[in-house]
Amino acid sequence: MLSHPVRKFFVRFPKRLYSILAFLPVLIAFGCNTGAQTSGTTDNADTNGRIPDKIDFTFHVKPILSDRCFKCHGPDKNAIEGGLSLNTAQDAYMALGKKKDHYAIVPGDIENSELVNRLFTTDESLLMPPPESNLTLTKYEKEILKKWIEQGAEYKEHWAFIAPEKPSIPKTNNTTWAQNEIDQFVLSQLEQNGLEPSKKASKEKMLRRVCFDLTGLPPSVEQINAFVNNDSPTAYEEIIDSLLNTVDYAENMSAEWMDIARYADTHGYQDDFERIMWPWRDWVIHAFKQNMPYDQFVTYQLAGDLLPNANAEQILATGFNRNHKITFEGGVIPEEYRIEYVEDRAVTFGTAFLGLTLECARCHDHKYDPISQKNHFELFSFFNNIDELGLTPGGAGKIPKPYMTITEKEKNGVLSFVQLQKSSMKEVPVMVMNEMEEIRPSYILNRGVYDQPTTQVYPNTPESILPFPEDYPKNRLGLAKWLFHEDNPLTARVTVNRFWQRMFGRGLVASSFDFGNQGSLPTHPELLDFLAIKLKEEGWDTRKILKYMALSATYQQSSKVSKKLQELDPENRLLARAPRLRLTAELIRDQALKISGLLNKEVGGPSVKPYQPAGIWEATTGGGGGSTATYITSTGKDLYRKSLYTFWKRTVPPPSMMTFDAASRDLCTVKRQETNTPLQALVLLNDPQIIEASRLIAKNAIDRNTEIIDQIKYIFKLATSRSPDEDELSMLNNYYTSMLQKVDEEGIDPQDYLSIGDYEIDESYSKKQLAALALTAHTILNLDETITRG
Amino acid sequence: MSEKKIIEERSLILNRRSFLGKTALGVGGVALASLLGANLFRKNKNGILTKDDSLEGVKGILNSLHHPAKIKRVIYLFQSGGPSQLELFDYKPLLNKRRGEDLPESIRNGQRLTGMTAGQDKFPLVGSLHNFSQHGKNGTYISDILPYTAKMVDELCIIKSMYTEAINHDPAVTFFQTGSQQPGRPSIGSWLSYGLGSENENLPAFTVLLSRGTGRPNGQPLYTRLWGNGFLHSLHQGVQFRAAKDPVLYLNDPKGITKEVKREMLDNLAELNDKHYQDSGDPEIKSRIVQYEMAYRMQTSVPNVMDTANEPDYIYEMYGPEAKIPGTYAANCLLARRLAEQDVRFIQLYHMGWDQHDNLPGAIAKQAKDVDQASAALVADLKQRGLLEDTLVIWGGEFGRTNYSQGLLTDTNYGRDHHPRSFTIWMAGGGVKPGIVYGETDDFGYNIVKDPVHVHDFQATMLHLLGIDHEKLTYKYQGRRFRLTDVEGHIVKDILT
Repeated sequence: MLSHPVRKFFVRFPKRLYSILAFLPVLIAFGCNTGAQTSGTTDNADTNGRIPDKIDFTFHVKPILSDRCFKCHGPDKNAIEGGLSLNTAQDAYMALGKKKDHYAIVPGDIENSELVNRLFTTDESLLMPPPESNLTLTKYEKEILKKWIEQGAEYKEHWAFIAPEKPSIPKTNNTTWAQNEIDQFVLSQLEQNGLEPSKKASKEKMLRRVCFDLTGLPPSVEQINAFVNNDSPTAYEEIIDSLLNTVDYAENMSAEWMDIARYADTHGYQDDFERIMWPWRDWVIHAFKQNMPYDQFVTYQLAGDLLPNANAEQILATGFNRNHKITFEGGVIPEEYRIEYVEDRAVTFGTAFLGLTLECARCHDHKYDPISQKNHFELFSFFNNIDELGLTPGGAGKIPKPYMTITEKEKNGVLSFVQLQKSSMKEVPVMVMNEMEEIRPSYILNRGVYDQPTTQVYPNTPESILPFPEDYPKNRLGLAKWLFHEDNPLTARVTVNRFWQRMFGRGLVASSFDFGNQGSLPTHPELLDFLAIKLKEEGWDTRKILKYMALSATYQQSSKVSKKLQELDPENRLLARAPRLRLTAELIRDQALKISGLLNKEVGGPSVKPYQPAGIWEATTGGGGGSTATYITSTGKDLYRKSLYTFWKRTVPPPSMMTFDAASRDLCTVKRQETNTPLQALVLLNDPQIIEASRLIAKNAIDRNTEIIDQIKYIFKLATSRSPDEDELSMLNNYYTSMLQKVDEEGIDPQDYLSIGDYEIDESYSKKQLAALALTAHTILNLDETITRG
Repeated sequence: MSEKKIIEERSLILNRRSFLGKTALGVGGVALASLLGANLFRKNKNGILTKDDSLEGVKGILNSLHHPAKIKRVIYLFQSGGPSQLELFDYKPLLNKRRGEDLPESIRNGQRLTGMTAGQDKFPLVGSLHNFSQHGKNGTYISDILPYTAKMVDELCIIKSMYTEAINHDPAVTFFQTGSQQPGRPSIGSWLSYGLGSENENLPAFTVLLSRGTGRPNGQPLYTRLWGNGFLHSLHQGVQFRAAKDPVLYLNDPKGITKEVKREMLDNLAELNDKHYQDSGDPEIKSRIVQYEMAYRMQTSVPNVMDTANEPDYIYEMYGPEAKIPGTYAANCLLARRLAEQDVRFIQLYHMGWDQHDNLPGAIAKQAKDVDQASAALVADLKQRGLLEDTLVIWGGEFGRTNYSQGLLTDTNYGRDHHPRSFTIWMAGGGVKPGIVYGETDDFGYNIVKDPVHVHDFQATMLHLLGIDHEKLTYKYQGRRFRLTDVEGHIVKDILT
């Protein structure tokens, strides 16, 4: 239950929190994150860090307890060793042993706290954590726990399970920098750490940043020039407004949603047959285009079919719950897989909306968070009530029920946004949710195994988060209402944190997929709460909150990083600069298409098959795959659709996108890796799409400019959104001249090089000049700056 | 090192020097010292790989092995589809004697059935139509359709008591390769790349070679996630080496430009990137420059290792005529040896087509012929080069096959369904006892009666041979420390030397 004193402490004493946060070395040591869904934890091992004067449970103690102790002394009641749970104060202070004569923790009394002895003992048979656990505590961590007990061993509820309250806006010394409240929070923390924000990014880079973040495309040279020359104080805001109103924005937001919804064009196991879910994707784009409030957007997807007089749009939206993998492997035991589907829905719900690892409570109570196995299967039961089969008979082309059929009739009605005319089929069947009238009973499954049901359970939500209101319907619609209940502590935080992640590269909570005990702590807790409440107050208006972030001075900082700052805050937790972020797999390709003029901006419809190295599907198929056995590359304009529309075969996903860290779509993903590998270099150097784009860019440069210097400048600006400086220009010009010479020396065969890719350029261009300039463009497309939003 | 390679290496070094002359980056030394992948990363105090800003390079996450290793590398000859142990290794004359009789309920003992035979009224026992003979010092029974393997039997450690939990291909192969039946976890090779890094400067630590069998050409498929890095850094993913124009995806330069032109592009690119690094201060740019150099090196090293033209005739004779046909199992075995020579850590072959639900006697003979000679040759070839002592070769599939016929049993024909409770694999090489048979099944070839080896035990044992404690090589993801063996796994000590 919510405990008021704790809540008050957390939100009403920001100064005290700041003093904790002000301790930079420890703060930075917390939660290192290499990206993807790797939660950073509690590296307090920084032995250079001094022990804080006042130990804070949330920031100093709990990360250690959770990571090193909870596995055997945590929330999982069945796994508790020695009768000791350190999960709550009550449990931790309990008398232990048969005689009840000793205590793990006696607040304020380290002598009689057995825990302290067990940490510092040299006797391996007594040492905690025990050697066979392969877990250890550093000296620093031991000292923290000791001092915490010395200071009274105060427990606090997990911060994320306490509903946010509006914090007061901190005052700062610098009173001119802030553009909105975001900056007050950020600046105040910077000042606590003796840091200053970076100066504003150049107008060119600012435009590039906001264009990529909102629309997923770079600005055109004309847009850059217009913006740079526009001195109106509202120019930037106007740009933001216009970007938010584009279809590109809707598509860009949808691309992220595809990861969360684990969207794919195939079923994902064994034979991996094709499925039709693209009309659902069309709906997602439509919803973002309408700026559908987030609560409605999610409610439609979770439970559209259960809304009163549900219409076709609301039903189509529930396809969200059916995007999981579905097996067609002949010999499987259907119930085993049906359980997997229900699990996937429930776990996706947890990851996407609650930022919790519900899957960890399938086989036993959660080891770290207050989620029991019973809680898990109660949530499971919400999703266990559609008339589906674990294994649909037949092969390719069979649609796992339940599904809806979209015909011309729906297209002319509420589903006008479904691009039915792009399909070769007159009617398309799309998997959706359809609640059965008679409830299918759900059980706790022993060890999570499908054929070992134990106690029957009923729809309910974890009381540790928010009890399920009695007057809510006990179905997915009730669950959606619970998710958006005023007192739900997680939904708004998790949502706004994900928005922050897309604008700033990492969330205020870096583990955007885990707000539990093992997750990262917020770098700016009050800001997170402020934004969560703002999101709710603004009616879950996604565009408004993104615009608000984009307008902050924090967002508009330069990404340039000094040596000192790089050393002090390599992960940019304090936000003293804007992040440099490598473009996503989709954006790298889309940018090449856009700036070469190849991009086909059609919206929606069935997925397409752009260039892919020959033989990849064929090498792995068993011969059963139907339409997914052989990759038939699209032709004409379909080659150049946005990457959002690239056909996603789950067992053999597009290799160039996977190389750039696209999610596999096997499971819900809210955060991708961001890696830097040799295979990425190979893609950018040798992918026909990049080379084809290079020669188109060269051709366009020649069309627009007569002088080579201007041609190079044009290309450079297209790719990086800024003009090259003298040095860069001369390097590129020398390179171009050298390439001309290489044509003469037959180091380059222009005919061959210029024939890569389907697009034909007419014969009127000098092949020598075109090849040399295309190679120059090819080089520019490979620049780190080109594939980065700085 | 071939002369061609030496020249290319030298030109690369020269280029680096000329590049170094122009910049203050010092990338040359970095690129020379760097290994592909893991050593560009080092662990932070969380044990999480982070980018190595200092560019000193550490091999893998483990600073030292947990105990002395017996082997440095693994070649895993995965026989995909579930080879029938009853036609290959597990000699069960009782099944011939009681041919056609129903599988006694006492033997089946509650074993769940796949959807393919769950509906059969009867489960008629069937023995192998292929004969078995005794071979080697211990008179080990080996099927006559594996004549080359039979000759090698004194080198092999045959485990007849493997068992798994999965009864269908997708979960079963995924289980063997990742320790979990459901997709999403890193594969064995990725774990090794993450833990141990690479011994080779120019090749990935984890390579994958695919071939298609003749036993059931339209058998079950494969999935790239089987060599996926799961939640580990993508540098640890398996890199497929293909019998195609691009042996590694996107490896070849575009047509129409020479190597020198390409080199000039890279030099130009590095200079521009370095300049931007000076302006923006982001160390990620430095890392990218190094990655481009590595890519360039792979462009030489991969074709070199794939080019088997210089292999002498006697080698082709060992591996068999198909070794000359790129993309065959035999050609892949030869490549495996070449990759082992280059110290590639984990060489994963997949040979598809072992899924004989019907027409088994004829199909398995063909399938066995695909792999028999080359598998044996690989072991012999490694041995004659002194490589077998620190290489582990593994031969096996994802499960076995039933002792009863799937579908109609006739005098000359039958099929077999998937069987998880007992099947056979073999190992050869460093650290495992040669010439032994480990484990035993009952006379029906259905249940294990001695020394069962679970998939996680197999994985734990492999890691043990590499010097890794399977409980200690972990990666924290979503708050939990994951490992290859999930929460199980015991080392099979009796097979270790």
